[in-house]
Amino acid sequence: MTYIPHSPKEREAMLTAIGVKSLEDLFKDIPSKQRFPKLDLPPALTEMEAAAELGELSIGNENVRTDLVSFLGAGAYNHYIPAAVDHILRRGEFSTAYTPYQPEISQGTLQSIFEYQSLICALTGMDVSNASHYDGATAVAEAANMAYAQFRGKRNRLVISPTVHPQYRETLRTYVQGLGLDLAGDDPNANLEAGPEALEGLIDGNTALVIVQYPDFFGHVYDFTNLIDIAHGKGALACVVANPTALALFKSPCEMGADIVVGEGQPLGIPLSFGGPYLGFFTTRKQYIHKMAGRLVGETVDNRGQRAFVLTLTAREQHIKRERAISNICSNQGLLALAAGVYLSLLGQSGLRQVAELCYHKAHYAAEKIGRVKGYSICFDTPFFHEFSVCCPKPVSEINEHLLEHGILGGYDLGQDYPSLKDHMLIAVTEMNTRDEIDALVDALAEVSHD
Amino acid sequence: MTEPTIYELSSPGRTGVTFPDPDVPRAGLPENLLRKDLPLPELAEADVVRHYVNLSKYNYSVDSGFYPLGSCTMKYNPKINEDTARLPGFAFTHPLQPIETVQGNLVLMYTLQEWLKEISGFAALTLQPAAGAHGELTGVLMMRAYHKDRGDTKRVKMLIPDSAHGTNPASSAMNRLEVVQVPSDARGNVDLAALKAACDDTTVGLMLTNPNTLGLFDEHLEQVIKIVHDCGGLVYGDGANLNALLGILRPADVGFDLMHINLHKTFSTPHGGGGPGSGPVGVTEKLADFLPSPLVGIVEDNGEDEPPLYGFVTPKKTIGRIKAFHGHFGMLVRAYTYIAMHGPDGLRRIAEYAVLNANYVKVRLKGVYTVPFDRLCMHEFVAEGQWADAPGIRALDVAKRLMDYDFHPPTNYFPLIVNEALMIEPTETENKGTLDAFVEALLKIAAEAKTTPDLLHEAPHKTPFGRMDEVKAARELVLCCWLPEDYEKKG
Repeated sequence: MTYIPHSPKEREAMLTAIGVKSLEDLFKDIPSKQRFPKLDLPPALTEMEAAAELGELSIGNENVRTDLVSFLGAGAYNHYIPAAVDHILRRGEFSTAYTPYQPEISQGTLQSIFEYQSLICALTGMDVSNASHYDGATAVAEAANMAYAQFRGKRNRLVISPTVHPQYRETLRTYVQGLGLDLAGDDPNANLEAGPEALEGLIDGNTALVIVQYPDFFGHVYDFTNLIDIAHGKGALACVVANPTALALFKSPCEMGADIVVGEGQPLGIPLSFGGPYLGFFTTRKQYIHKMAGRLVGETVDNRGQRAFVLTLTAREQHIKRERAISNICSNQGLLALAAGVYLSLLGQSGLRQVAELCYHKAHYAAEKIGRVKGYSICFDTPFFHEFSVCCPKPVSEINEHLLEHGILGGYDLGQDYPSLKDHMLIAVTEMNTRDEIDALVDALAEVSHD
Repeated sequence: MTEPTIYELSSPGRTGVTFPDPDVPRAGLPENLLRKDLPLPELAEADVVRHYVNLSKYNYSVDSGFYPLGSCTMKYNPKINEDTARLPGFAFTHPLQPIETVQGNLVLMYTLQEWLKEISGFAALTLQPAAGAHGELTGVLMMRAYHKDRGDTKRVKMLIPDSAHGTNPASSAMNRLEVVQVPSDARGNVDLAALKAACDDTTVGLMLTNPNTLGLFDEHLEQVIKIVHDCGGLVYGDGANLNALLGILRPADVGFDLMHINLHKTFSTPHGGGGPGSGPVGVTEKLADFLPSPLVGIVEDNGEDEPPLYGFVTPKKTIGRIKAFHGHFGMLVRAYTYIAMHGPDGLRRIAEYAVLNANYVKVRLKGVYTVPFDRLCMHEFVAEGQWADAPGIRALDVAKRLMDYDFHPPTNYFPLIVNEALMIEPTETENKGTLDAFVEALLKIAAEAKTTPDLLHEAPHKTPFGRMDEVKAARELVLCCWLPEDYEKKG
């Protein structure tokens, strides 16, 4: 099955117009020795057969809607997605358009990104949001890139909390490996209970950026106001990696003085989809706008006097600046920014707050119950949002195997990333988890403890 | 005819979704950490749906018409891809689930890795990069790591032809490499003498788009690659134009060392108004150890009677992770579906008909539009949007006027080496009738350029919006909207 519409007669007419005899004649510039390789691929399927094959593959998984009850988070969260979100996303007018380089016929994409920028600014409290990055991890890397550019490469230290998502820290290390930067604080053996104060001593006059997560990887909610003050005192910028759902409930990073607020937008109406595509949001203060990477939509008027929107400040970008651009970023996550826009519009103030509160209350109920099961204890005495770590009586992998037998997808094994947290599980609870499910988790955990 | 913003449509007290009351006791909230206001808009579901449906009507898209945007491969995106990517087994799996519970996903990723390797000729491949530019960054990091691993620390220079995409120099610069531009010769190929002169023992490599952005296959490709290899450099392929080579040539077979593949161009995943893309990178054996981690591999071979266990593996000298989790999985499902439906012969037909369509449009425009480098083209070509007897008319005017004929304009002002460039890529999914209508429109516009130039200067006329005041946008920088100050009173 192909999507090529030509009839043999049309093909012949076109070949004649071009002045060649056959399709093969169009490829005479290709080195003849290597031309027309025989590809060892399975024969073509019809749509009906492909649908069946993909259906078969998909049921080779256990999903968190019909097969498993999930308590797994660690950077990707199982939230309810209102039906209208995907109905909008499926509109070909949005999904099959390109980057809005021709604004006269792209106002749908442009206005929806402008609104996305507005909604993300409202959530974070910041002045400007770009049109998005690939995901939370790369948004952190772009923040580092931006701070480095802000100081024209003269400040070479990045301070990052060990409680930032391990995969975000790893991504950052990859991005900066050629730049000769000093990455301070990126130590999984550090004291993880010390809170933001632990970073204070690492910030010096050579520090470009301080990066913390809110709530952090363990779900803790700290006020970073002091830490950010100290960073500013040394002339450094501060970046907060925020969970957007938590922002409905907790003080905005802007209030704490953050210069850059980034994060993973997946909780805003984007399915888990085995890790992608997700949405990296990126915001900053107005004075840093020229150093911010990524696309930006601004309001203007057209020559008929109508309000309209265009890509603006494009002179920062690679297609104009080439090797002098701040970043190589080209695409954003347009369709996923649209999803976040539709999601936030549907939920509004009250809906998003309801989701955040449900996550909060249910997580606290679960923590309180699990803390009472013999052999388990809740680590850290810090306010938390919808995730918390549990010290377990057995290796996490063993417990998770048992939970799977009960149809429960257990939490994240923290020992993988933090040697001091061997036998610690990070449990996530969202509005999707009912009280009965939480009770079933508690019962199943108790069973492992007993045998 | 403008649509109000979502904030202007907001009315206090409305909501589009409600959630159940908590079925657990309420826990105490930490008062000192709470936020006071949350200035999000308030709308009913119908308001939201109408708003976005109205906005969607202002977009031109592949689903609504011909989109010959050069270098972007705006082919038709099959609907079945959208259904398969949304199957609950794919859409609702968590990236950190135990591998035993996601064997379907892992088989799909493993198989897609194998298929893309077969199509491109490379020995190993990562599916992790999120887009083409992200693939380039990955490639440049690997090239550096490769040289460094051999103790070859002098190499700091990346060679890039003047016809290259802007992402190539930007990706190199992000790694603090020095960018050296290599000119094109009179036939649109890489200038061999200039390339030779630029190559030395400080060369990291060459980033080459082939066919290049003029739509031309380099006539000395093997020599170009040999010159770079002879100085110890590596050749990176920008796979933006792979659509022209499916089943025609495997880039690794002619000596490319590594290349990214744009699933959102060649393999029909929708562009989404600017993303998500997906940019897997293939490499030859000598670079395989440097691939980003993790890759999908077989972690337990269970003999002939049982299927193997698929899982994640870390290459020995990996450059590390380049994003969280495993890549744009939803895009991988779409690309898998597309390749499965084409098979080896179908893939070759894609390239053949993409090239047929481009050459047909080029031939039909000949004599009216100047096409520099007049040779058989591959999947796209570049024409000039200017005429000596139509002073004041620019490529931009031609592009805007095309909208009045209900076509999306070609890419304009790229590549930079052609004056007033119009870069036209029809793709294989367009029929002769559409191409003929497009050609007729371009021919009419060429005549209008001479007889009624103002018609072009003021175009578009028939679209819902006219030309934009871009200066105002950049000067005033209105980048977001808010709830009005008297919002509460409104309710």
